[in-house]
Amino acid sequence: MIKSVSIAALPVTENLVIQKNRIENNALPGCKRVCIVTGTHGDELEGQYVCARLAKLLNNEKQKLSGIIDIYPAINPLGIDSVTRGFPMFDLDMNRIFPGSPTGSLAEAVAYDIVRDIEGADICIDIHSSNIFLREIPQIRVSEQTEAMLFPYALMLNVDLIWIHTAATVLESTLAHTLNMRGIKTLVVEMGVGMRITEGYCSQLIDGILNLLHELGMWSGQVQQTKTPIVSKDRGVGFLNSDAAGIFIPNVSHGDYIRAGDLVGKVFDPLTGNIVENAISPCDGVLFTLREYPVVFGGSLLARIMGDGNG
Amino acid sequence: MVKNIIYSIKSPYRQSLDIIGYTFGFGELSCCIVGALRGNEIQQMAICAQLVNTIKLLEEKGCIAENKSIMIIPCANYYSMNIGKRFWTMDNTDINRMFPGYELGETTQRIADGLFKAIKDYKFGVQMASFYQEGEFLPHVKVMNTASGKEEAYKFLSDFGLPYGLIRNPSPYDTTTLNYNWQIWGCQAFSLFATYTEHIGGQSTQAAVNAALRFLIAKGILKWSLHPGSHTRILNEDNIWRISTSCAGILKKYESVEAEVKEGDLLCEIIHPIEGNTIDRVVSPIDGTVFFSYNKQLVMEHTDIFNIIPF
Ligand SMILES: [Zn+2]
Repeated sequence: MIKSVSIAALPVTENLVIQKNRIENNALPGCKRVCIVTGTHGDELEGQYVCARLAKLLNNEKQKLSGIIDIYPAINPLGIDSVTRGFPMFDLDMNRIFPGSPTGSLAEAVAYDIVRDIEGADICIDIHSSNIFLREIPQIRVSEQTEAMLFPYALMLNVDLIWIHTAATVLESTLAHTLNMRGIKTLVVEMGVGMRITEGYCSQLIDGILNLLHELGMWSGQVQQTKTPIVSKDRGVGFLNSDAAGIFIPNVSHGDYIRAGDLVGKVFDPLTGNIVENAISPCDGVLFTLREYPVVFGGSLLARIMGDGNG
Repeated sequence: MVKNIIYSIKSPYRQSLDIIGYTFGFGELSCCIVGALRGNEIQQMAICAQLVNTIKLLEEKGCIAENKSIMIIPCANYYSMNIGKRFWTMDNTDINRMFPGYELGETTQRIADGLFKAIKDYKFGVQMASFYQEGEFLPHVKVMNTASGKEEAYKFLSDFGLPYGLIRNPSPYDTTTLNYNWQIWGCQAFSLFATYTEHIGGQSTQAAVNAALRFLIAKGILKWSLHPGSHTRILNEDNIWRISTSCAGILKKYESVEAEVKEGDLLCEIIHPIEGNTIDRVVSPIDGTVFFSYNKQLVMEHTDIFNIIPF
């Protein structure tokens, strides 16, 4: 069932409408509810295909579901529609204004409605896809603060990596932090790259979500064998930035296991053709982030490597 | 006057971005004044340019106090200014949402880091700031309610001789601004808002230049005299009445910034954008002075259109 979560008037004729698709079966009082949210950043599209396929699959096999699944494919519809990362005509990143406010700006009022609608759910999965510059392997990012609460669920989602990070103050205003503080276990997925859909990653995450639903006792349909992710704990993360400016051409594939000293890629000066930088891996490990957008400034991130943790 | 490149970053297709700082006097790092961090902060750059021009002459006359120094950085983001963009050229990120910066991060994180390292140790910091909402303000100076020794900082608001000194309770999204990080670092930081952002107004530019000069004189950094300016009314931002739209359309204003209004006075009408009838009339809820007025023709729902300071 399609429901409107937030409606606000735009200047000429049109309303901004945030919609969700509610799929439910045996939804008795006290049943479990899981929310799938994406489209906060208008240039991140991987979640679109996850939502589309999940909605179809769950609706087709509804009798195997027990409880409520709310799918919110676009919490920043104007952004997605106009290939804009942010909320159009609003300066702040939409993921920096939660929990929002009913008396604030349009974006804050929308954020408030979204939080209010999700409130009371058991689990929320917030799907992001990096940006147009960097490609990421499917991973879940968890702050140290919420690790104990979220880690068991992160393991169920069939991702390649769980990255536990120290939280900055600014992360207090993300959707995930807001929901976690209100007791809704919220897992942030980062995978793929902006403006593209990577079918394999989407299928992998759908398998993970079905597995999680199965573990929660909400799904009696078929479940695939899931992956055991690498966990960042006690491992170093190697950052590879370009000191020079130019065009980056990678020498390895995303997701490869590489060794310290391996050539990750080269930066060329487009005017002379000279190699201005050889990007060398600082450690052994999995290349979990790789630059997708070729133009680099001095300082641009080229790659991140999840170290082995053995020195 | 000493002109230095305080931070530089390489671009593949343009001359390097060199952030220029002008230093006057010697010894103690007394006051740093920062202008444009965003590409549309033309007024903020112009104010700093006038300060450079004025203080250079004052320095030649021996008006800088013994063991005091001033640094002025008029424009940290001329890359965006030169191509008519508000935020960073490549990824649309905002330098003023990147402080204290990150040496190994993406370009704007590096710029923020390079800039902050050069300016963090000043005793006083003044940022020529702009607001995210488009509109006109009464000139004012603002301090964050986070400073250690903040009572003292509140008193210093009067040293600018502007009509209003505001105290702001920071939101999570303020924690990555220059002003906030200056405060955290122990610098007494102020944000000075002129009436316009993209427009260089003779009167409003001079008002801001004089305010900064008055502050430097009051703090014993400049040995000079200037008329004292206005009496400063100091109040918390929370005491300002914010009037926002409850419908959308064409904004027809009847009052503008600086107007003194009475409760019930008509502030604006919202006109139906394609049928021409009046759909809403917005009246002042209190007696007060119009402090901010939105200046775009079209408004959406939840837009902050007037701010009124009660008498
Ligand atoms: Zn995102």
